[in-house]
Amino acid sequence: MVSVKRVVLDVLKPHQPNALEFSMALAKVGTDYCVRLNVIEVDESTETLQIEIEGNDIDFEAIQSTISDMGASLHSIDEVEVQSEIQGN
Amino acid sequence: MSLLKQAKFLLSITRSHDIVRRYFVVNGFDGALTMLGLIIGFLVSAPTDTSIIINVCLGAAIALGMSGVSSAYVSETAERRHALGKLEDAMISDLQDSAHGKAVHWVSLWIALVNGFAPLIISLLILTPLWLSKAGLSLPISPLYAAIMVALILIFLLGVFLGRIAGISWVRSGIQTLLIAVLTSVLIYLFAGH
Repeated sequence: MVSVKRVVLDVLKPHQPNALEFSMALAKVGTDYCVRLNVIEVDESTETLQIEIEGNDIDFEAIQSTISDMGASLHSIDEVEVQSEIQGN
Repeated sequence: MSLLKQAKFLLSITRSHDIVRRYFVVNGFDGALTMLGLIIGFLVSAPTDTSIIINVCLGAAIALGMSGVSSAYVSETAERRHALGKLEDAMISDLQDSAHGKAVHWVSLWIALVNGFAPLIISLLILTPLWLSKAGLSLPISPLYAAIMVALILIFLLGVFLGRIAGISWVRSGIQTLLIAVLTSVLIYLFAGH
């Protein structure tokens, strides 16, 4: 079994919800997610973000869905850290 | 997400709290002044049966409520669709299924309900003495005067509410709105009383 431990995403979002609300919504997707959000660029109506999420087993589809629900769009996955686990007998 | 949390989230991302507050005060004031005008109109006219006064005022209150709901919903939806279109252009993506897309309908509906129910509820409160009198309860003063008193108190409270929002003296703000009501009453008396 392979679990996603860390992802770094390039995301474009509207100004609202703000960075704090946005990162809190992402953190709520899992029980042990740690979210770091950097605002890279601010335009008239949008913000470009770099979001780093760390967790024991990140549910990437749920993350993607939350990003879309908040009106943002995922541009690229910039970094990934995955780990395989030894299956028990 | 619970319905209340969802509503708070949608109001937050659309920054609509102040719009809701503004609609509440503007249309609540509308309702209170309309009832005040009608009641003073009845007061300076030939004596009329209480049930007729209640029916006329209730008709106006319902019309104010319906007008508030429908006009706010239509205009807010149009404005929000326009804003969503601009945001979609900036994002280069379809936002209909996002919180911003849902807010077009739900936030407009919430604003419309506040806009409609504010004058309706305030009007119904002003009519309370008339209902009590019709139900056979004896009031210390004439029901029409009691209704005017209720209207003036509610108008004063709307002023107090505005004062607290603005962070200025609530007494001063309450007296300001009360003066508007008194001026309205004097104008009605001058034009309709003779």
